[in-house]
Amino acid sequence: MTNNTQNGFFKLTKFEFTAIAIIMISPLLFSWSMYFQGLLIIVMLWIILGLSWNLMAGYTGQVSFGHAAFFGIGAYAAALPYFHWRISPWWGLITGPIVAVAFGYFLGKLVFKLKGPYFALGTLASGEILRIIFGEEELITNGHNGIFYMTTWTSKLPYFYIAAALAIFSILIIRKIIQSKLGFYFLSIREDQDAAEALGIDTVKYKNLSLAISAAMAGVAGAFYMIYMGFIDPEVVFALHNISIITILVGIIGGVGTIWGPAVGAIVMIFIQELFRSSLFGLGPEWLSRLHSLVFGALVVLIILYMAGGIVGDWPIIANKIKSWKNKTEGQS
Amino acid sequence: MSILEIDGLTKHFGGLTAVDHVSFEVQEGEILGLIGPNGSGKTTLFNLINSFYTVSSGKIIFNKQDITHLKTNEIAKAGIGRTFQVVKPLKRLSVEDNVMAGAFARENSFSGAREVAHEVLKFCHLDDYSQMKADSLPIGGRKRLEIAKALATRPSLLLLDETAAGLNPTEVVEAIQIMKNIRDELGITIIIVEHIMKVIMTISDRILAIAHGSTIAEGKPEIVAQDPAVIQAYLGSEFNIGDHFNA
Repeated sequence: MTNNTQNGFFKLTKFEFTAIAIIMISPLLFSWSMYFQGLLIIVMLWIILGLSWNLMAGYTGQVSFGHAAFFGIGAYAAALPYFHWRISPWWGLITGPIVAVAFGYFLGKLVFKLKGPYFALGTLASGEILRIIFGEEELITNGHNGIFYMTTWTSKLPYFYIAAALAIFSILIIRKIIQSKLGFYFLSIREDQDAAEALGIDTVKYKNLSLAISAAMAGVAGAFYMIYMGFIDPEVVFALHNISIITILVGIIGGVGTIWGPAVGAIVMIFIQELFRSSLFGLGPEWLSRLHSLVFGALVVLIILYMAGGIVGDWPIIANKIKSWKNKTEGQS
Repeated sequence: MSILEIDGLTKHFGGLTAVDHVSFEVQEGEILGLIGPNGSGKTTLFNLINSFYTVSSGKIIFNKQDITHLKTNEIAKAGIGRTFQVVKPLKRLSVEDNVMAGAFARENSFSGAREVAHEVLKFCHLDDYSQMKADSLPIGGRKRLEIAKALATRPSLLLLDETAAGLNPTEVVEAIQIMKNIRDELGITIIIVEHIMKVIMTISDRILAIAHGSTIAEGKPEIVAQDPAVIQAYLGSEFNIGDHFNA
């Protein structure tokens, strides 16, 4: 566990400082390509979503298959006031999390009665139900036509730095939570709910708190998505595969229940996704682009079989393997 | 002064009455031993006191407060700690983190909780294991961790459910010492369920024997141990020691 020491909110370890510095200069390295800068923004978005899922699933043990619900709610909280009354979507960064938390509160009342796979199915259904409702209720949501908005800037840089600030802020918040009473209570609930109750932990209250923080983060990500992309429709923001499932993959590949796992997971996932979607950046045959779902599937199987802790969670093991492999090859030469 | 009053406590599971009008009192600073054959309702009694099960009828008064219908976590905060017969460590957390999770019941700060955890770990002879993951502890350590987690919540009454079961003789002696220290040094009242007679006879001030959910005897350890009803509950009415030695 990393929670034997407590850091100040802005006190960074060497590793954290380096990571944040790399994030900050990364778009400048890709200044020649709007495409890569765009990808970096998407990575930031996935970091926030991954952190959000990880707080609930990785730290509190409540595995959600419906994070698209919060993401979509956040996106529509930014989009609908604009659609109806021309209120700037930027307000969504404030209203998105609020509406997502309110929705999460009612969802929690329903799904926290369920356990294990039933909880997962309940959350999965919530995202799907919203997707259908938002698609059908055309008077309110403009249905499948979606909502369009002329984005504020053409340059990617301001968007990147806003997304990066949100992502880093989210990481710092999660880190702070994990090193506090709240974090210990989340972990206790994950490990054993009966034992947690006997230790005086109000499991219902703290599960709802975890859900609220998680929903707020996903809501911010959704609102930012609307602001950045300038277009949403229900099939995009409430997508089961492209949002809910990828969120889980980001968490699992990076490392469930680790602070930096979602960040690493987001980078790896987006890289692989684009690598295949663009057929090895245009170098490979076209049919490769249709393989990306298959590759994700294979990757998840491999991760669960050989690296259940994810890249960050199993890093000590991976580092050891690399070391012994290096020693071996050096011995041979 | 009595710290806990149980009055006519009853629990039905469908047609089965697991606890049947049990009444007793526990005095402050006392160690009350709870004995009875398997399935007599000892653990059910604990589960009723800390509200894992809802009470069918009867009352539980703790420190003059009616706690019959409080939730489990509220009862823990009121000051009743418990351990589990089948240990429930927070498996993937370190031993220290396990105890800290309990300490947060009364502490809000990280450093405060850690301080409490260190004291409790030392008290339970677990300080050498503090950085070990809870699920890699040997059984003796896990049983002590159960006590440590409960102690960290700073209870005034502690329910110990077979904390000496499965321990080797040296560990049993250690466990008895810890339990005595809990009462003598920390002033915590204890109700203990235990099958190991060595434990129950040496540390109990008073023993309550139950069978089929009802009280069959109550009093000083040596008197309860001689009670015909208790012997019958454990060994059966047909039992005659002579038969077994002459056969």
